[in-house]
Amino acid sequence: MDRLGFLTGRAARAVLILFGVIVLNFVLLRLAPGDAASVLAGDQGAADPAFVAELRHDLGLDRSVPEQLWIYTKSLARLDFGQSYRDQRPVVDIIAERLPATLLLTLTAFCFALGTGIALGSIAARHAGSLLDTVLTGISVMFFAMPLFWTGLMAILLFSVWLNWLPSYGMQTVGEGGSDLSLVGDVAVHLILPALTLGLFYMAIYMRVTRASVLDVLDRDFVRTARAKGLKPGLIWRQHVLRNALLPIITFASLQAGQLIGGSILIETVFAWPGVGRLAFDALMQRDYNLLLAIFFITSTIVVVINLAADFLYVAADPRIEMGA
Amino acid sequence: MPEIRALASVQDHVLLGHGEVVNSYRSLLLRALLRERSFRIGALIIGFVTAGALLAPVVAWLLGHGVTEQFRDTALTEMGLPTGPTFEFPLGADGNGRDVLVRTLYGARVSLAIAIPATTLAMIIGTAIGLVSGFLAGRVDRVISQAVDVALSFPFIVTALSLLSLNRGVDGKPFVAPSLVVVLIITLFSWTYFARLTRGLVFVLRRSPLVEAAQTIGASKARIIMREILPNIAPVILVYWAVQLPTNIIAEATLSFLGVGVQAPQPSWGNMIAEAQRSSLYQLQPWFLLGPGIALFLTVAGFNTLSAGLRNVLDPHRRSG
Repeated sequence: MDRLGFLTGRAARAVLILFGVIVLNFVLLRLAPGDAASVLAGDQGAADPAFVAELRHDLGLDRSVPEQLWIYTKSLARLDFGQSYRDQRPVVDIIAERLPATLLLTLTAFCFALGTGIALGSIAARHAGSLLDTVLTGISVMFFAMPLFWTGLMAILLFSVWLNWLPSYGMQTVGEGGSDLSLVGDVAVHLILPALTLGLFYMAIYMRVTRASVLDVLDRDFVRTARAKGLKPGLIWRQHVLRNALLPIITFASLQAGQLIGGSILIETVFAWPGVGRLAFDALMQRDYNLLLAIFFITSTIVVVINLAADFLYVAADPRIEMGA
Repeated sequence: MPEIRALASVQDHVLLGHGEVVNSYRSLLLRALLRERSFRIGALIIGFVTAGALLAPVVAWLLGHGVTEQFRDTALTEMGLPTGPTFEFPLGADGNGRDVLVRTLYGARVSLAIAIPATTLAMIIGTAIGLVSGFLAGRVDRVISQAVDVALSFPFIVTALSLLSLNRGVDGKPFVAPSLVVVLIITLFSWTYFARLTRGLVFVLRRSPLVEAAQTIGASKARIIMREILPNIAPVILVYWAVQLPTNIIAEATLSFLGVGVQAPQPSWGNMIAEAQRSSLYQLQPWFLLGPGIALFLTVAGFNTLSAGLRNVLDPHRRSG
């Protein structure tokens, strides 16, 4: 297939998906009964209809839905996500405060999951049928069957409550000042449990995919040919097996990007991690539309961009495309 | 494994439409399944979980503890903290003095009562769409495949939270029973996998001799789809049902954990774990967390093992292990 055509098609689809995401999220959330004005008014102890109407006007909630969507899309283009109903601060500021924590958590977990998943999966496949394979597969089956939020709570119970080794919540020790270096250490210690919990689940998935993929490639004719012509096993492994086995893993890992963000909502809830996932949940509970829509837009954009990047990576990694050209 | 190789050749015969081997195929299948270790272990665990769900009222009756009944005098200490496992409360009590064992067993009912209909509904919808997409091919297929790709790119939890927020009035009370909405949302997120699988299977079959033969004798499209293609792909789809079910069980627990799924006081493993977390009482009474957690783990692991066994036997190209 023509590489450029393939990638252009994927890019066009990414834009289409993104537009669909904006419209769908907006429409769904606009349909939600009970808007921010009534929530705010209720909180301030004033159920006075005139007051609610005034609030609705201030927040732009009394205009028609298409009008609101148009205003919203225009402001998105300027990266203006509006004010948070609850905090009366620009939404973009609130998210910017929280985004680094989520990126730190998800990227650490993702790198750990991908690295150990591919390594352990390859080892399991190389020794397929052995005791080592059984043990590794067992570990993968176990972590895959444990829901994230439960694994997290169990980790807290074991490492924080019983063993008292690691902190169980937050990102920093409250009231702990000190040098930059001790701050980094403090955050790192707080990161271990949430990142491991999130990472182990995805490690289990990547391990399964890697094992299956490597076993599949090992069975192919070109590997047999490589062996027959006497190539060194290490070379066959790197150049023939791993490179081909990586392809489904790239696709799979990118498809999991959205799930990883969903997983961070759970992990941030369990570990009181001050990130965007927890923020999305709070925004939903408080019906803070601007905030929630902005988070949806940003996470969807991230997912779409990751998927697109994976398509580029796939083209770069696929040896078959070079041969066909 | 000779029986699997034999099975593969029998499967080919069935694919080619030799109906007379179907009976021997069934007995061969059963024998191969029972010889498969993951199938036996999985079936054992599922049997255990199902028995627990069915016997929940019996256990509640034996212990004399209703599922939402609070025993503040006997199950809570003077400080108001839940007791650990005792003879009367085998898995201890929760923060409200309710029996964790009884609630965990009833949780199995809720879990299965949501995941099974949701997965089945997704299977029916996804298979129907996949059949149409794969059989008609061409433009219809391209449109459907694009739609499936777009649907698959929505992150489950974030989207589910936004959909569930629709089901809440100004007073915070839900319009429709949350359990029903959870079933529909899980269906919405899992039909795509069935559609993709079915489309792939139909794509291969629509050029096979059995379909060509049916076309030659002038069978209608609907007849070919229903009578020739569907029976041949049904076993694979049913296996995939067992693959998808544990994912959906976790999905229900996740939504209930986040407080948008099954609502208290009805017990669900998800909302029980949420309660344990919210009150931090699991740090004193670990069974408050372990009870529903282990039940959830067992159920999911059981279905995963069972479906792995089914796939090992039914797909001869797959390496066992």
